[in-house]
Amino acid sequence: MAKEVSPGVKALRQVVEDVYAEAREAKKRGEPVGWSSSKFPCELAEAFGLHVVYPENQAAGIAANRDGEVMCQAAEDLAYDNDICGYARISLAYAAGKRAAKKLDPETLEVMINPETEKPYTELVDINEIWAMPEGEEKEKRLAAIKPYRQMQMPMPDFVLCCNNICNCMTKWYENIARMHNIPLVMIDIPYNNTVEVDDTYVAYIRGQFDKAIHQLEEISGKKFDEKKFEEACANANRTAQAWLKVCDYLQYKPAPMSGFDLFNHMADVVTARGRVAAAEAFELLATELEENVKTGKSTLPFPEDYRIMFEGIPCWPKLPALFRPLKKNGINVTAVVYAPAFGFVYNGLDEMVRAYCKAPNSVCLEQGVDWREGICRDNKVDGVLVHYNRSCKPWSGYMAEMQRRFTADLGIPCAGFDGDQADPRNFNEAQYETRVQGLVEAMEAARLAKEA
Amino acid sequence: MSNLENLFNKFEQAASSPAGQLAAYKAQGKKAIGVLPYYAPEELVYAAGMVPFGMWGSNKKTISRAKEYCATFYCTIAQLAVEMLLDGTMDGLSGVITPTICDTLRPMSQNIRVSMSDKMPVIFLAHPQNRFDENGLRFTISQYTNIRKKLEEIAGHPITDDDIREAIKVYNACHVEQRRFVKLAGEHPEAVSAVKRSAVLKAGWFTLKDEYTKMLKELNDELEALPKVEWPGTKVVVSGIIFDNPALLQIFDDYQIAIVADDVAHESRTFKTDIPDDADPMMALARQFANRDHDVLLYDPASAKNRRAEYVAQLVKDSGADGLVLFMQQFCDPEEMEYPYLKKELDAQNIPHIKLGIDQQMRDFGQARTALQAFADVLAIG
Ligand code: SF4
Ligand code: SF4
Repeated sequence: MAKEVSPGVKALRQVVEDVYAEAREAKKRGEPVGWSSSKFPCELAEAFGLHVVYPENQAAGIAANRDGEVMCQAAEDLAYDNDICGYARISLAYAAGKRAAKKLDPETLEVMINPETEKPYTELVDINEIWAMPEGEEKEKRLAAIKPYRQMQMPMPDFVLCCNNICNCMTKWYENIARMHNIPLVMIDIPYNNTVEVDDTYVAYIRGQFDKAIHQLEEISGKKFDEKKFEEACANANRTAQAWLKVCDYLQYKPAPMSGFDLFNHMADVVTARGRVAAAEAFELLATELEENVKTGKSTLPFPEDYRIMFEGIPCWPKLPALFRPLKKNGINVTAVVYAPAFGFVYNGLDEMVRAYCKAPNSVCLEQGVDWREGICRDNKVDGVLVHYNRSCKPWSGYMAEMQRRFTADLGIPCAGFDGDQADPRNFNEAQYETRVQGLVEAMEAARLAKEA
Repeated sequence: MSNLENLFNKFEQAASSPAGQLAAYKAQGKKAIGVLPYYAPEELVYAAGMVPFGMWGSNKKTISRAKEYCATFYCTIAQLAVEMLLDGTMDGLSGVITPTICDTLRPMSQNIRVSMSDKMPVIFLAHPQNRFDENGLRFTISQYTNIRKKLEEIAGHPITDDDIREAIKVYNACHVEQRRFVKLAGEHPEAVSAVKRSAVLKAGWFTLKDEYTKMLKELNDELEALPKVEWPGTKVVVSGIIFDNPALLQIFDDYQIAIVADDVAHESRTFKTDIPDDADPMMALARQFANRDHDVLLYDPASAKNRRAEYVAQLVKDSGADGLVLFMQQFCDPEEMEYPYLKKELDAQNIPHIKLGIDQQMRDFGQARTALQAFADVLAIG
């Protein structure tokens, strides 16, 4: 039975659908379409009315649609090492023209069905080769065989917007895309920060880059910078952030009126559409639904909540069911994810905006990272922490061991870690994951008993 | 023993015993500052009257205590730097500078700061990528000024502008000799084995630059006086982060593969860029960083072009090499990210190359041996 989807969640999905659909339309009309890193200041592009899509969000979607492995492998065949972040690999393969498609019978050009799963087989195709084919039935069938979900139908880029606040991997990843397509790259460099306070020298440096970026965007769009539109985008981004935080805060209720894992899905809106009014409205709608749930004692969590944990890191998208299973079995709700504070940034004026963009996951110092997490752990009353040592994300995983020690010392709660990958299913070991969750449950149980006694 | 042998021995001694070097400087009453990769302004350490000590991992250690801080999927260079700080090998240091230009060094800077909090000051450095214009230069200067202040505290006295000017002179003079040595080593592989070449260059990371330059100049003069000989083997350019394991280098010597130039971070990438003239010595250092180019770690605003790969291909041609050997550090995503386009360019220009995966915990080079032998054969035929 399909899960019931509330109007708020539907609206959130629609917002992201619209971002992709509008980009496809813009591309057809011959307008430039950009690819942007997730925490590039989207307000800048919005001020020019430019259409922008987000490779990280795309890669997550491709991975969740089970095409992560075939796309990662495609990147490896292009000589990108399997060590590189899975999002980057998927994106680079896509940028190079690789697509996951339903496998066609070479003779009949009919879709080939796997008798075991009763679903089509997947094959890797090259869109450039298909585009180069003469018009006709074969070309049409091949184009139609490309997986229809939006992330596999993202238009190719005419410019790229790179902000390396979340990682430096971005820098070379976007340079590679710029090279593949011979297109301009707008680079906002946000150096790593060692203190909780953002120093004025950072603000000055980044503001200077904004000016340059605006100039580049004027050239790309052929339009003048529209101060009013920019302010509107800022206002929207703030409103979205506030609504997002409000939604996240419903996880403070015990039991929670929602499955915290849903937040990972709603991240798509925060990333792709935070500068749009529709995103703010959709989150506001969801908030009212959650308010109602609190009143009526309902929850979107499909099982009773027994334990509450923080899930640290990006989920293993290709393995969501496997990730969820032991949580469900043990009545564990994820009531804290670091994306809540990390993307819920509200600002006032340009300087504050710059400071907000300095505070991305992976751009902040250990203390700030710990503070964010311990804040939501306390507010959202978690019993334990499950840490994803994400093979793809070096900047994120690199100080988790120390963070884990601090969570235990400061919050007195047990932590468990597991090895996985956000996009490449080959790096996730289900048996190990289950064992670690089990270990965490036992530790949480012991802590509970000790408290009761 | 000839003077040449004598000199080589001195370099080899310094290169193979950083701990000995550190102890010797300490005995002279000097303080030493650990400097992690990449592109920290060592000149400021020198200007403070202290000894900059390069920290590029180790070929003799195994990761053990670093596991308390890092998962397994980090390069050994970073992990072993943490290891040596934790296990007491670097206790003689009076501080350490941690640059953060790659995704591994970002969190490592935090791990080092946290784990060393009782032992020594840890000096943070974040370089800008948009480093070229006034805005970028100003940011570099602000970061370097911060380092200068911290070094002054450790040294217990101010670092004057003149001190920095003097350091710049010393470093530029050193670059000249380093580049001269790389060239001469390529011209005289019969005298400078791959093992020796590496030792000479590596010693520079553990020796005060004025002393080092003096030794290096003497060596270069000796090499220059050598008669020209025909090299019966093949010639290559080496690329990568670091390749300094004598056992690995021995393979080059065994198969008569001469290194005529390099695009290696631990070697030429460090000293190929001079510090330009500027009335303000801090600006001079910032400009030097801005001028660094064709680098896997640094943003290239002309990224739509394939400039880095073209530069490396040109290096192969200019140096008269027959091909290129790329040592890929395991888990080094900056290098890995740039490999496909490097490969593309090398292939387009018909420059043979091989890519060999390495890490600093490797002790068995059987595979590398087989691959290098086969590569040397290919080059010899070509
Ligand atoms: S390295 Fe981490 S932060 Fe960077 S793109 Fe990959 S997952 Fe995201
Ligand atoms: S080897 Fe690569 S990953 Fe490791 S510190 Fe150097 S640049 Fe970073």
